[in-house]
Amino acid sequence: MAPDGVVDAAIARHADRPGGLLPLLHEIQDRLGYVPSEFVGRIAKALRLSVAEVHGVIGFYHHFRRTAPGRHVVRICLAEACQSMGSRALLEHACKTTGTDLHGTTADGALTLEPVYCLGNCACSPAVLVDDKLVGRVDAQRFDAIVQSCRRGA
Amino acid sequence: MTARVFVARDSSAVSVGADEVAQAIATQAARSAQAVEIVRTGSRGLMWLEPLVEVQTPQGRVAYGPVRVQDVAGLFASGFLRGARHALAHGPTEQIAYLAHQERRTFARVGRIDPLSLDEYLAHGGYTGLRRALALGADAAVQTVVDSGLRGRGGAAFPTGIKWKTVLDQTSATKYVVCNADEGDSGTFCDRMLLEGDPFALIEGMTIAGVSVGARDGYVYVRSEYPSAEATLAGAIAAARAGGFLGADVAGSGQRFDLQVRRGAGAYICGEETSLLESLEGKRGMVRFRPPLPAVQGLFGKPTLINNVITLATVPSIFSEGAQAYRDFGVGRSRGTSPFQLAGNIRRAGLVEKAFGVTLRELLYEFGGGSASGRPIRAVQIGGPLGAYVPESQFDTAMDYEALAAKGAMLGHGGIVAFDDTANLAQMARFAMEFCALESCGKCTPCRIGSTRAVELIDRIRARPDDPAQVDLLHELCETMSEGSLCALGGMAPAPVRSVLKHFPGDFGLTLPSAGVPA
Repeated sequence: MAPDGVVDAAIARHADRPGGLLPLLHEIQDRLGYVPSEFVGRIAKALRLSVAEVHGVIGFYHHFRRTAPGRHVVRICLAEACQSMGSRALLEHACKTTGTDLHGTTADGALTLEPVYCLGNCACSPAVLVDDKLVGRVDAQRFDAIVQSCRRGA
Repeated sequence: MTARVFVARDSSAVSVGADEVAQAIATQAARSAQAVEIVRTGSRGLMWLEPLVEVQTPQGRVAYGPVRVQDVAGLFASGFLRGARHALAHGPTEQIAYLAHQERRTFARVGRIDPLSLDEYLAHGGYTGLRRALALGADAAVQTVVDSGLRGRGGAAFPTGIKWKTVLDQTSATKYVVCNADEGDSGTFCDRMLLEGDPFALIEGMTIAGVSVGARDGYVYVRSEYPSAEATLAGAIAAARAGGFLGADVAGSGQRFDLQVRRGAGAYICGEETSLLESLEGKRGMVRFRPPLPAVQGLFGKPTLINNVITLATVPSIFSEGAQAYRDFGVGRSRGTSPFQLAGNIRRAGLVEKAFGVTLRELLYEFGGGSASGRPIRAVQIGGPLGAYVPESQFDTAMDYEALAAKGAMLGHGGIVAFDDTANLAQMARFAMEFCALESCGKCTPCRIGSTRAVELIDRIRARPDDPAQVDLLHELCETMSEGSLCALGGMAPAPVRSVLKHFPGDFGLTLPSAGVPA
């Protein structure tokens, strides 16, 4: 479906629900990978909010993106439990091996690297979330396998 | 005869290969023409043994783990389907010391049943609590929660019954029940395990809450970092509705109660209850001033009962077994059991549900087996990113709300993160303030600005530890934040910093324990 259609469908489904803005933004991002700024006016109008209010909500939450990510989003947990098991070193390795920094996307568009603070996998640290798939006990070798599968996949 | 094999579908187990192991077992069974039924359960919480594979035998379930795909053929060859010996065998699961020494109440079913099977939930005592609550009526039901001594397991430890009573006493025709499933504290995963392992317990607990305080609608706010928990919960809600336990006529009572799931969006502050309510209303998660309390004026301005996952999931067992039976566990004003979570650098990481009063040392060494790295455990952080770093000299502290508070620590959501002697705790203290700066909602000045200034001060102290004025300034800033912040984020972010200044001054380059620290 074209981005227009995705946004209109999300508006139709959520605009009249109490507190519908977050579910609406989630639906758009789930399907498009981000919330394109060009649709903020349309969303605001449908929910009878100001454009600033909608921008404010998108900007407040770490999860929402205003730009398209790579084909996969790889989130490295940097919270305390994962730090105690070496996630800072893992992050260094990740940046080196992918050639990008946190919040950056690799040159081939395969993946975007993001930080995350706790994935609830603190007993199998360090943890990484690849799109919706949780990976535990991640060392440099396991991380490289994640990168390879992101690059191979569509 | 068909052999029954159990493999967790818990996302932590899956994160270390449970799906691949289950698939390999199915493939090997087909190849060797053996009838095997694979049941996907929650996790037992013995995380260092995941992927854990259990086999049903006449003597109960027998455990093997951690199982890798390449181990599966060997397990078949040794006759593991009959519970035979193997290098990975641990004997009967329930007799593994880690599990046998626990007091599983809230987590009684987790790891034992298919989390999406309403029939199994009912067969294991599910919904007896709701029937008791309905028979008691609203006032007596709320009194039962008061009598149990249950306190909020999310972190604040407020007496749950008092909250319920306050909402019950409101005359509004519209009230809400909200479950806080925004488990953001590092080192905690019990909410996730419960949502993925026994979601009906939460649904039943919320239903009891709804019929008791007079609410017809409930929301579960699940963090976006937990996609698998959200999916499992949504499946269980649909099954409960189809089974007549949610909807217009709950369990034939004539009362309506229904639930919907809402997803968070990566804001730690939304674990704070008023900010969570703002988020549910579709707004930025800004903390609200109190009063009014959410119990009086909460979601959409209506009286709202807001409790954490574990608090609500504990309610059914309080009703099915009685308030006194629950109260009999624990010490002092900390009644019942708590799911302690052993995380980070610890050999046997996992979930330990125990009565309050167990010592930190017992948890770390008898259950946890010391550090994963084999080096000495130098400190543990209890209760998430806003919790103090506790030194080895305090490991004999009992795990109860008051005993920890007396040491300047807190239980919070029960997470315990272990660090070995290679950790630089000044760096962790800095991280606490970095995290606070990143996650501050921005409403109050001490938190919004203080956290950034604290990071700068810590950097200055670490670069030039010989300037005592900077240390004094950091103490003063910590006091401003803890006394002047609107909520616990800014109010408690100084705790890790103060604890490191006090117990590990050398990590800052300081030679003496810093003065001016509360005991």
